[in-house]
Amino acid sequence: MITEDEVIHVANLAKIELKPEEVKKFKEEFAKILEYFSILDEVGEDVEPTYHILPIKNVFREDVPKEPLPRELVLMNARHVEEGYFKGPKIMED
Amino acid sequence: MTIREWKERLESESCYDLISELFERIEKSKLNAFITLNKDEALRKAEEFDKGKVEGKLAGIPVAIKDNISTKGLRTTCASKMLANYVPPFDAHVVERLKQEGAIIIGKTNMDEFAMGTTTETSYFGVVRNPYDLDRVAGGSSGGSGACLHSESVLALGSDTGGSIRCPASFCGVFGLKPTYGLVSRYGLIPYANSLEQIGPMANCVEDLALLLEVIAGKDERDSTNAGVEFRFEPKVRRFRIGIIKEMSASDDVMKVFEEVVEVIKEKHEVVEVSLSSLKYALPAYYIIAMSEASSNLARYDGVRYGYALEKLDTWTRYFSRVRAEGFGEEVKRRIMLGTYALSAGYYGKYYLKALRVRTLVKNDFQRAFKDCDLLISPTMPTPAFKIGEIQDPLTMYKMDVNTVPINLAGIPALSMPMGFVKGLPVGLQIMGNYFEENKILSFALELEGSL
Repeated sequence: MITEDEVIHVANLAKIELKPEEVKKFKEEFAKILEYFSILDEVGEDVEPTYHILPIKNVFREDVPKEPLPRELVLMNARHVEEGYFKGPKIMED
Repeated sequence: MTIREWKERLESESCYDLISELFERIEKSKLNAFITLNKDEALRKAEEFDKGKVEGKLAGIPVAIKDNISTKGLRTTCASKMLANYVPPFDAHVVERLKQEGAIIIGKTNMDEFAMGTTTETSYFGVVRNPYDLDRVAGGSSGGSGACLHSESVLALGSDTGGSIRCPASFCGVFGLKPTYGLVSRYGLIPYANSLEQIGPMANCVEDLALLLEVIAGKDERDSTNAGVEFRFEPKVRRFRIGIIKEMSASDDVMKVFEEVVEVIKEKHEVVEVSLSSLKYALPAYYIIAMSEASSNLARYDGVRYGYALEKLDTWTRYFSRVRAEGFGEEVKRRIMLGTYALSAGYYGKYYLKALRVRTLVKNDFQRAFKDCDLLISPTMPTPAFKIGEIQDPLTMYKMDVNTVPINLAGIPALSMPMGFVKGLPVGLQIMGNYFEENKILSFALELEGSL
């Protein structure tokens, strides 16, 4: 059975801040959903997994430079931009 | 309205007037099928058509596009607060193709947030209402694309990860096709679950569905899973052997309509029952794979390069976690977290790997069935459209997809077409074929369309 601590752990991994009441609600729902998923325990380990449905092979092309998107189009959806660059959050804690 | 009906009106009226009339109807509509309209551009295009400057297979035909398909310069939101102001700098492959063939893009259709849902109730922009009963859902996730075909567009594009084209087609009484995985390029489709999803056509008749598929199918090197296969519709009907899948059922009133249709099919074709025993595992396997892929795909929404952003940058972890807490809706969070859980250390073998093993079983079961049958059929959805707000429990909602998700696991094509009504609400017939056998499915559907 999934615990509240596990819900918080998963939310941290997924980088989603949760309120305490959300943790409670998701815990209840996840317990029901995971219980339903456990029917897969009946499936044996002897079946090969299928990652892709069609036989996919790596595709190569000539390494020819193409015209990239203009800088202003690339940056137009960003809120924090400085001197033609994206500006991200600090990667070190204060 | 079908393409034929639209073209008949074009003989006596200008395209500009017809498109204007369409927008008047959309602006007054209660369906909430559209998130963003492309009015100025569409009217300009209609004017060009009237001057004889537009050519192509879809010249002068209005097309609505699901809002998870990128349109250059036209807001594309995925029905999420996260992308509420996002304007793509490029067109999806399918949008390029529509433009090359002279189609008039009228707007972006409402959907479940990031295509995660069966009703459009998870949309940040409000629910789409069913054209047959405004208190009921239009289906999802391509609900706007299904509902708009009633009187607000001629053609629409949807995307189908676990039934998202076929469900609204069933609930809204229109035609929708999920193509074989790899037939249509996913370049420019904002990803949710890459190994399952395909863009597909929605329309008011089989002929229009086939024409739209011809336009969007084909080679595109920008999608590494693209099969490089072209599609041309060549109707060929013979006596088919049709299999009814025992494990795909529906409520009693839907089954009654289904059984009546089976009687009609029996007049020209052989009908047998087939059993696909792995299908009992398909629904949980589908959700595990879809959620796992979602958790990885939606990691890109960090509020830096695009999408919802906070006014002030903070430290890395705090900033990302808050952006995602505020930008994503509840169902999206649920799926990202369950996917993260399924992929996390200690659970990978129990959930994700098991789900991939089930995919092998489902694929093999379908291959066995297609050795015996030309096509397989079932009811598309287990019920007609239900009331808005009627289903609150997530797991109960997931179970509505029981007949549609096995198709995405196997990667085969499937069509939903109207087969009748239950208490005034349309219900759909699902027709499944083997890989790249869209021609067989559409030929059969075309014949059946004339018989029903």
